[in-house]
Amino acid sequence: MGMTVVQKILAGASGRRDVSVGDVVEPRVDIAMSHENAALVINQFNEVFKDTGRTPKVWDPSKIVIIFDHRVPAESAKTATNQKKIRDFVQKQGIPNFHDVRGDEGGICHQVLPENGYIRPGSVVVGTDSHTTSHGALGAFSFGIGATEMAAVWTLGRVLNVEVPGTIRVTVGGRFPDGVAPKDLILYLIGKLTAEGANFRVIEFHGDAIRKLPTSGRITICNMTVEAGATSGIVPADEETERYLREEAGLSGPFDRVAPDPDAVYAEEVAVDVGALAPQVACPHTVDHVKPVGEVAGTKVDQIVIGSCTNGRFDDLETAARILRGKKIAKGVRMLVFPASWRIYKRALKEGILETLVDSGAVIVNPGCGCCLGVHQGALGDGEVALSTTNRNFKGRMGNPNAEVYLCSPATAAASSVTGAITDPRKVG
Amino acid sequence: MAKVVFKIGDDVSTDTIYPGRFMATVLPSETPQYAFADSPEFNRLIREKKIEPGSVIVAGQNFGCGSSREQAASCLKGPDLVVVARGFARIFLQNSINLGLRTVICPEIEASEGDDLEVGLDSVTNRTRGKTFAVSPLPKARQAIVDAGGLIPYTRKLLLENK
Ligand code: SF4
Repeated sequence: MGMTVVQKILAGASGRRDVSVGDVVEPRVDIAMSHENAALVINQFNEVFKDTGRTPKVWDPSKIVIIFDHRVPAESAKTATNQKKIRDFVQKQGIPNFHDVRGDEGGICHQVLPENGYIRPGSVVVGTDSHTTSHGALGAFSFGIGATEMAAVWTLGRVLNVEVPGTIRVTVGGRFPDGVAPKDLILYLIGKLTAEGANFRVIEFHGDAIRKLPTSGRITICNMTVEAGATSGIVPADEETERYLREEAGLSGPFDRVAPDPDAVYAEEVAVDVGALAPQVACPHTVDHVKPVGEVAGTKVDQIVIGSCTNGRFDDLETAARILRGKKIAKGVRMLVFPASWRIYKRALKEGILETLVDSGAVIVNPGCGCCLGVHQGALGDGEVALSTTNRNFKGRMGNPNAEVYLCSPATAAASSVTGAITDPRKVG
Repeated sequence: MAKVVFKIGDDVSTDTIYPGRFMATVLPSETPQYAFADSPEFNRLIREKKIEPGSVIVAGQNFGCGSSREQAASCLKGPDLVVVARGFARIFLQNSINLGLRTVICPEIEASEGDDLEVGLDSVTNRTRGKTFAVSPLPKARQAIVDAGGLIPYTRKLLLENK
């Protein structure tokens, strides 16, 4: 029987000719990523070795990547101490791939991994972060795991007891109309599938609109598949993947283009025509509470956020700057911009994009998770409303359970910052 | 017999179970104080240790959706709560199993706060309502970890066997 992309990757990583949905496998891991929650992983890792008479030693330091992004620079003594503990561990274990808090590299883990060439098509990637789904954009099987599970990976080099997931095949046809972005597509899809519609499954993306999409947009889409409950999203590697890996990630081939078999069996098939899509907004307090922008237009906002692993890439900032050039952010609205990595930050700096945004009144925040999870910066006040290009609008997400978060594309966010209320970007010149 | 001490609906995210602003706290011994921090009454019961071990949280579909933070499982494991839900999100379910937090998939469960439940392997009986509901077995891959007493002992065993 034919296999989907993820079935093929899992078969290869488990040393099997084929696997069926529901089979239990223990795939070898190519990249194991953690951020500040490595502090907990270290704790659990040491537990594994307790009373064994063995010295804790990771299976392969070169396959572990640690990136500080969630609370940078440290917002509290507790975080700073955790970060220090992780630095010591990295040194002791000889982990070469460590991205500390510094402006010449680093940023949000889901941007740092692809842009530094850690992700190869056909590989198995795990991360102690639910948006590890992002890296399916480069044709890898990439999914989030917990800290204890990561401790097992650090010990043994494989993920224990993975059940081969079923796959939902999503075919996206048509051309993106002006003002409609990959973010609108994935919000629409989550609305359609619901927050649990893809639970324990993988979403495999096909169709013209995906083939023509640059990797940046593919990352946005795969990033948010977890909001429909998916284990991961995946775009089978193609010419664009190889272009990205060579030109932007500095890798040289050959690359393993894993494609599904023509007779692969899918749990569900969904077709979407982006040509007919309007900009979408996810309303409080669930990501699947999605409406076309027209239905919520006019809703007043207090804070606008552009950034994150979902929409903090160069083209996202460029879109915002194009809309804001020569305009001012409405009085009473504050706009925070946090690029996804320092590489993006520097390019946006050189090309004058940050200047345009600052001239409009935006505040540029350092790359990192910052306002996305509301532990660190950009928290909301009681009763306030935010419009954000991030990926979650759960109650309390931006640091305050008595506030509301709407999610949208960078174009919608920028257009709305001019008017101070949710605005259809197609209506702002 | 176990009491339902908290009842909550569908799509409860890890931001509700363990708000992001407490994420710098990671140790399982310290996380329970922030469990359901934005539901002050239930949080107070946990903090003041007024919860009987084995007490039950009843939830709807997709409990634990959102982030992979393991604090969301460890903060409920601390007070030895049992979660009976109509369904769970993948990472939360896996984290719970790895840490030994008891999670019971009971697709039809009906219960209110204060009800007395008998939580068995194959079924949950609501004594207050006189009704029994079937339990879906754990995905088989996960049962092996539960049987070993959690992922840490399971991994330790594999390490010592050089597997
Ligand atoms: S930017 Fe937000 S969603 Fe992305 S990794 Fe950071 S906290 Fe998670």
